[in-house]
Amino acid sequence: MPSEEEIFKTIQETLVEALGVDEDEVTEDATLVADLGAESIDFLDIVFRLEKAFDIKIPREELFPQDILTSADFVEDGKLNEAGLAELKKRMPFADLDKFAENPKVQEFGNILTVGDMVRFVASKVA
Amino acid sequence: MRWFWLDKFEVFQSGVKAQAIKCITLAEDHMHDHFPFYPVMPHSLVLEGIAQTSGLLICEYYKYKQKVVLAKINKAVFHCLAFPGDTLVYKATVERIDENGTVSSANAYIRKPDGEEILYAEVEMMHGILDDSYSDKKQFSVRDYRNLMVNMKVYDVGVEADGVTRLEEPEEFKNLD
Repeated sequence: MPSEEEIFKTIQETLVEALGVDEDEVTEDATLVADLGAESIDFLDIVFRLEKAFDIKIPREELFPQDILTSADFVEDGKLNEAGLAELKKRMPFADLDKFAENPKVQEFGNILTVGDMVRFVASKVA
Repeated sequence: MRWFWLDKFEVFQSGVKAQAIKCITLAEDHMHDHFPFYPVMPHSLVLEGIAQTSGLLICEYYKYKQKVVLAKINKAVFHCLAFPGDTLVYKATVERIDENGTVSSANAYIRKPDGEEILYAEVEMMHGILDDSYSDKKQFSVRDYRNLMVNMKVYDVGVEADGVTRLEEPEEFKNLD
Protein backbone atom coordinates (compact mmCIF):
# COMPACT_ATOMS: atom_id res chain seq x y z
CA MET A 1 0.00 0.00 0.00
CA PRO A 2 1.47 3.40 -0.94
CA SER A 3 2.21 5.94 1.81
CA GLU A 4 0.39 9.30 1.87
CA GLU A 5 3.58 10.92 0.59
CA GLU A 6 3.69 8.54 -2.38
CA ILE A 7 0.00 9.16 -3.05
CA PHE A 8 0.59 12.91 -2.95
CA LYS A 9 3.49 12.60 -5.40
CA THR A 10 1.38 10.60 -7.86
CA ILE A 11 -1.55 13.02 -7.53
CA GLN A 12 0.85 15.91 -8.04
CA GLU A 13 2.14 14.34 -11.26
CA THR A 14 -1.44 13.63 -12.37
CA LEU A 15 -2.53 17.23 -11.82
CA VAL A 16 0.54 18.62 -13.56
CA GLU A 17 -0.31 16.51 -16.62
CA ALA A 18 -4.09 17.01 -16.52
CA LEU A 19 -4.16 20.73 -15.74
CA GLY A 20 -0.90 21.94 -17.24
CA VAL A 21 0.16 23.53 -13.94
CA ASP A 22 3.64 23.67 -12.43
CA GLU A 23 4.63 21.10 -9.86
CA ASP A 24 5.17 23.73 -7.15
CA GLU A 25 1.60 25.00 -7.58
CA VAL A 26 0.24 21.61 -6.54
CA THR A 27 0.40 21.92 -2.76
CA GLU A 28 -1.77 20.16 -0.17
CA ASP A 29 -3.82 23.32 0.36
CA ALA A 30 -4.33 24.22 -3.28
CA THR A 31 -7.96 24.03 -4.40
CA LEU A 32 -8.58 22.33 -7.71
CA VAL A 33 -10.88 24.95 -9.16
CA ALA A 34 -9.81 28.29 -7.70
CA ASP A 35 -6.05 27.67 -7.47
CA LEU A 36 -5.37 25.13 -10.20
CA GLY A 37 -8.05 26.20 -12.69
CA ALA A 38 -9.76 22.82 -13.11
CA GLU A 39 -12.91 22.78 -15.24
CA SER A 40 -15.62 20.14 -15.35
CA ILE A 41 -14.02 17.99 -18.07
CA ASP A 42 -10.74 18.11 -16.13
CA PHE A 43 -12.39 16.30 -13.23
CA LEU A 44 -13.28 13.43 -15.51
CA ASP A 45 -9.74 13.44 -16.87
CA ILE A 46 -8.33 13.41 -13.31
CA VAL A 47 -10.63 10.57 -12.26
CA PHE A 48 -9.59 8.47 -15.28
CA ARG A 49 -5.91 9.10 -14.58
CA LEU A 50 -6.19 8.34 -10.84
CA GLU A 51 -8.10 5.13 -11.50
CA LYS A 52 -5.32 4.02 -13.83
CA ALA A 53 -2.47 5.16 -11.59
CA PHE A 54 -3.80 3.52 -8.43
CA ASP A 55 -5.81 0.68 -9.99
CA ILE A 56 -8.94 1.79 -8.15
CA LYS A 57 -12.53 2.55 -9.12
CA ILE A 58 -13.78 6.03 -8.31
CA PRO A 59 -17.56 6.43 -8.42
CA ARG A 60 -17.96 9.94 -9.78
CA GLU A 61 -20.51 10.96 -7.15
CA GLU A 62 -18.06 10.27 -4.31
CA LEU A 63 -15.69 12.99 -5.43
CA PHE A 64 -18.22 15.25 -7.17
CA PRO A 65 -21.60 14.85 -5.43
CA GLN A 66 -23.72 16.57 -8.05
CA ASP A 67 -26.77 14.55 -7.00
CA ILE A 68 -26.69 16.17 -3.54
CA LEU A 69 -25.95 19.63 -4.90
CA THR A 70 -28.89 19.52 -7.28
CA SER A 71 -31.44 17.79 -5.04
CA ALA A 72 -34.57 19.74 -4.10
CA ASP A 73 -34.46 17.91 -0.75
CA PHE A 74 -31.05 19.32 0.08
CA VAL A 75 -30.89 22.73 -1.60
CA GLU A 76 -32.87 25.81 -0.58
CA ASP A 77 -32.31 29.23 -2.14
CA GLY A 78 -29.05 28.11 -3.68
CA LYS A 79 -27.65 26.83 -0.39
CA LEU A 80 -27.37 23.37 1.10
CA ASN A 81 -29.69 22.86 4.08
CA GLU A 82 -28.70 20.95 7.21
CA ALA A 83 -29.78 17.63 5.79
CA GLY A 84 -27.76 18.36 2.67
CA LEU A 85 -24.65 19.24 4.67
CA ALA A 86 -25.04 16.08 6.73
CA GLU A 87 -25.35 14.01 3.56
CA LEU A 88 -22.31 15.74 2.10
CA LYS A 89 -20.21 15.05 5.21
CA LYS A 90 -21.27 11.41 5.09
CA ARG A 91 -20.35 11.16 1.40
CA MET A 92 -17.07 13.07 1.69
CA PRO A 93 -15.48 12.23 5.05
CA PHE A 94 -12.05 12.97 3.55
CA ALA A 95 -12.91 16.65 2.86
CA ASP A 96 -12.72 19.54 5.30
CA LEU A 97 -16.20 21.01 4.91
CA ASP A 98 -16.19 23.30 7.97
CA LYS A 99 -15.48 26.49 6.04
CA PHE A 100 -18.00 25.61 3.33
CA ALA A 101 -20.61 24.89 6.04
CA GLU A 102 -20.42 28.50 7.25
CA ASN A 103 -22.00 29.69 3.99
CA PRO A 104 -22.89 26.58 1.99
CA LYS A 105 -23.65 28.16 -1.39
CA VAL A 106 -23.88 25.44 -4.00
CA GLN A 107 -21.99 27.51 -6.54
CA GLU A 108 -19.05 27.75 -4.14
CA PHE A 109 -18.78 24.00 -3.72
CA GLY A 110 -16.38 23.61 -6.62
CA ASN A 111 -13.89 25.81 -4.82
CA ILE A 112 -13.54 23.69 -1.69
CA LEU A 113 -11.90 20.49 -2.93
CA THR A 114 -8.18 20.61 -2.22
CA VAL A 115 -5.25 18.46 -3.27
CA GLY A 116 -5.04 17.27 0.35
CA ASP A 117 -8.68 16.12 0.17
CA MET A 118 -7.85 14.10 -2.91
CA VAL A 119 -4.85 12.51 -1.17
CA ARG A 120 -7.07 11.43 1.74
CA PHE A 121 -9.74 10.20 -0.65
CA VAL A 122 -7.29 8.06 -2.63
CA ALA A 123 -5.70 6.81 0.62
CA SER A 124 -9.13 5.58 1.75
CA LYS A 125 -9.57 3.78 -1.57
CA VAL A 126 -6.21 2.00 -1.64
CA ALA A 127 -6.36 1.05 2.06
CA MET B 1 -18.40 25.02 -46.82
CA ARG B 2 -19.16 21.92 -44.78
CA TRP B 3 -17.34 21.18 -41.57
CA PHE B 4 -16.12 17.75 -42.68
CA TRP B 5 -12.45 17.13 -42.09
CA LEU B 6 -12.39 13.51 -43.16
CA ASP B 7 -12.93 11.94 -46.56
CA LYS B 8 -13.65 8.35 -45.62
CA PHE B 9 -13.08 5.61 -43.12
CA GLU B 10 -10.82 2.68 -43.95
CA VAL B 11 -11.17 0.85 -40.64
CA PHE B 12 -14.04 1.09 -38.15
CA GLN B 13 -14.34 -1.24 -35.17
CA SER B 14 -17.30 -0.19 -33.04
CA GLY B 15 -16.23 1.52 -29.82
CA VAL B 16 -12.64 0.34 -30.26
CA LYS B 17 -10.70 1.96 -33.10
CA ALA B 18 -11.04 3.71 -36.43
CA GLN B 19 -8.83 4.76 -39.29
CA ALA B 20 -9.83 7.59 -41.59
CA ILE B 21 -8.14 9.50 -44.36
CA LYS B 22 -8.07 13.13 -45.41
CA CYS B 23 -6.82 13.93 -48.90
CA ILE B 24 -5.39 17.43 -49.06
CA THR B 25 -6.02 19.48 -52.20
CA LEU B 26 -5.04 22.93 -53.34
CA ALA B 27 -8.72 23.65 -54.03
CA GLU B 28 -9.47 24.13 -50.34
CA ASP B 29 -9.71 27.74 -49.18
CA HIS B 30 -7.79 27.25 -45.98
CA MET B 31 -4.74 26.10 -47.93
CA HIS B 32 -4.51 29.63 -49.33
CA ASP B 33 -5.57 31.58 -46.29
CA HIS B 34 -3.52 29.94 -43.53
CA PHE B 35 -0.11 31.10 -44.75
CA PRO B 36 -0.52 33.02 -48.04
CA PHE B 37 1.71 31.60 -50.81
CA TYR B 38 2.71 28.68 -48.58
CA PRO B 39 -0.14 26.15 -48.82
CA VAL B 40 0.10 23.90 -45.81
CA MET B 41 -2.57 21.96 -43.94
CA PRO B 42 -3.35 23.81 -40.65
CA HIS B 43 -2.64 21.66 -37.63
CA SER B 44 -5.84 22.91 -35.98
CA LEU B 45 -7.91 21.37 -38.78
CA VAL B 46 -5.97 18.13 -38.48
CA LEU B 47 -6.98 18.09 -34.81
CA GLU B 48 -10.59 18.60 -35.87
CA GLY B 49 -10.27 15.70 -38.32
CA ILE B 50 -8.89 13.45 -35.59
CA ALA B 51 -11.67 14.63 -33.25
CA GLN B 52 -14.21 13.68 -35.92
CA THR B 53 -12.59 10.27 -36.38
CA SER B 54 -12.81 9.37 -32.70
CA GLY B 55 -16.02 11.39 -32.16
CA LEU B 56 -17.93 9.45 -34.81
CA LEU B 57 -16.54 6.23 -33.37
CA ILE B 58 -18.11 7.21 -30.04
CA CYS B 59 -21.37 8.41 -31.63
CA GLU B 60 -21.74 5.05 -33.34
CA TYR B 61 -20.96 3.22 -30.08
CA TYR B 62 -23.94 5.03 -28.51
CA LYS B 63 -26.00 4.43 -31.69
CA TYR B 64 -26.24 8.19 -32.27
CA LYS B 65 -28.40 8.70 -29.17
CA GLN B 66 -25.88 10.80 -27.21
CA LYS B 67 -24.56 14.27 -27.87
CA VAL B 68 -20.80 13.89 -28.17
CA VAL B 69 -18.53 16.93 -28.21
CA LEU B 70 -14.79 17.48 -28.23
CA ALA B 71 -14.01 18.61 -24.70
CA LYS B 72 -10.25 18.59 -24.16
CA ILE B 73 -7.01 18.03 -26.02
CA ASN B 74 -4.61 16.44 -23.57
CA LYS B 75 -1.71 16.13 -25.95
CA ALA B 76 -0.94 17.26 -29.49
CA VAL B 77 2.55 16.85 -30.86
CA PHE B 78 3.15 17.56 -34.54
CA HIS B 79 6.29 16.30 -36.24
CA CYS B 80 6.04 17.76 -39.74
CA LEU B 81 3.87 19.59 -42.29
CA ALA B 82 1.41 18.24 -44.85
CA PHE B 83 0.99 19.75 -48.33
CA PRO B 84 -1.45 19.54 -51.27
CA GLY B 85 -1.37 16.06 -52.74
CA ASP B 86 -0.62 14.42 -49.40
CA THR B 87 -2.97 11.92 -47.82
CA LEU B 88 -3.29 12.12 -44.05
CA VAL B 89 -4.21 8.93 -42.21
CA TYR B 90 -5.80 9.25 -38.76
CA LYS B 91 -5.63 6.14 -36.59
CA ALA B 92 -7.70 6.58 -33.43
CA THR B 93 -8.19 4.22 -30.51
CA VAL B 94 -10.74 4.65 -27.75
CA GLU B 95 -8.91 4.20 -24.47
CA ARG B 96 -11.84 4.70 -22.14
CA ILE B 97 -15.58 5.20 -22.44
CA ASP B 98 -18.01 5.96 -19.69
CA GLU B 99 -21.34 7.73 -19.43
CA ASN B 100 -19.74 11.14 -18.91
CA GLY B 101 -16.96 11.12 -21.44
CA THR B 102 -14.21 9.33 -23.28
CA VAL B 103 -10.47 9.37 -23.75
CA SER B 104 -9.00 8.50 -27.11
CA SER B 105 -5.53 8.52 -28.54
CA ALA B 106 -4.56 8.89 -32.16
CA ASN B 107 -1.56 8.96 -34.39
CA ALA B 108 -1.68 10.75 -37.72
CA TYR B 109 0.55 9.78 -40.65
CA ILE B 110 1.34 11.08 -44.10
CA ARG B 111 0.82 8.21 -46.54
CA LYS B 112 3.32 8.29 -49.36
CA PRO B 113 2.42 7.04 -52.89
CA ASP B 114 4.32 3.79 -52.21
CA GLY B 115 2.17 3.21 -49.12
CA GLU B 116 4.84 4.11 -46.58
CA GLU B 117 3.39 6.05 -43.63
CA ILE B 118 5.42 8.79 -41.94
CA LEU B 119 4.48 9.82 -38.40
CA TYR B 120 2.88 13.25 -38.58
CA ALA B 121 1.22 13.81 -35.19
CA GLU B 122 0.49 12.19 -31.82
CA VAL B 123 -2.71 13.24 -30.11
CA GLU B 124 -4.72 12.41 -27.03
CA MET B 125 -8.14 13.94 -26.51
CA MET B 126 -11.35 13.74 -24.54
CA HIS B 127 -14.91 13.88 -25.75
CA GLY B 128 -17.71 14.82 -23.37
CA ILE B 129 -21.12 13.17 -23.38
CA LEU B 130 -23.61 15.96 -22.77
CA ASP B 131 -26.13 15.29 -20.00
CA ASP B 132 -29.89 15.87 -20.00
CA SER B 133 -29.49 19.58 -19.30
CA TYR B 134 -28.50 19.90 -22.97
CA SER B 135 -31.50 17.93 -24.23
CA ASP B 136 -32.97 21.03 -25.90
CA LYS B 137 -29.80 21.63 -27.90
CA LYS B 138 -29.98 20.21 -31.39
CA GLN B 139 -26.85 18.54 -32.71
CA PHE B 140 -27.37 16.27 -35.73
CA SER B 141 -30.49 14.57 -37.00
CA VAL B 142 -30.64 10.84 -37.69
CA ARG B 143 -30.62 11.69 -41.38
CA ASP B 144 -27.45 13.81 -40.95
CA TYR B 145 -25.73 10.91 -39.24
CA ARG B 146 -26.82 8.41 -41.83
CA ASN B 147 -25.64 10.56 -44.72
CA LEU B 148 -22.34 11.21 -42.97
CA MET B 149 -21.62 7.63 -42.01
CA VAL B 150 -22.77 6.14 -45.33
CA ASN B 151 -20.84 8.67 -47.40
CA MET B 152 -17.74 8.08 -45.32
CA LYS B 153 -18.04 4.32 -45.96
CA VAL B 154 -18.39 3.36 -42.31
CA TYR B 155 -20.83 0.56 -43.12
CA ASP B 156 -18.65 -0.68 -45.98
CA VAL B 157 -15.65 -1.30 -43.73
CA GLY B 158 -17.17 -1.39 -40.24
CA VAL B 159 -17.17 -4.32 -37.85
CA GLU B 160 -18.58 -4.78 -34.38
CA ALA B 161 -16.35 -4.59 -31.29
CA ASP B 162 -15.49 -8.31 -31.71
CA GLY B 163 -13.56 -7.34 -34.84
CA VAL B 164 -15.37 -9.94 -36.96
CA THR B 165 -19.12 -9.34 -37.17
CA ARG B 166 -20.06 -6.92 -39.91
CA LEU B 167 -21.40 -3.59 -38.62
CA GLU B 168 -25.02 -3.06 -39.69
CA GLU B 169 -26.81 0.24 -40.00
CA PRO B 170 -29.11 0.84 -37.02
CA GLU B 171 -32.86 0.48 -37.50
CA GLU B 172 -33.31 4.25 -37.34
CA PHE B 173 -31.19 4.58 -40.49
CA LYS B 174 -33.12 1.89 -42.31
CA ASN B 175 -36.45 3.50 -41.46
CA LEU B 176 -35.57 6.75 -43.22
CA ASP B 177 -36.92 7.58 -46.73
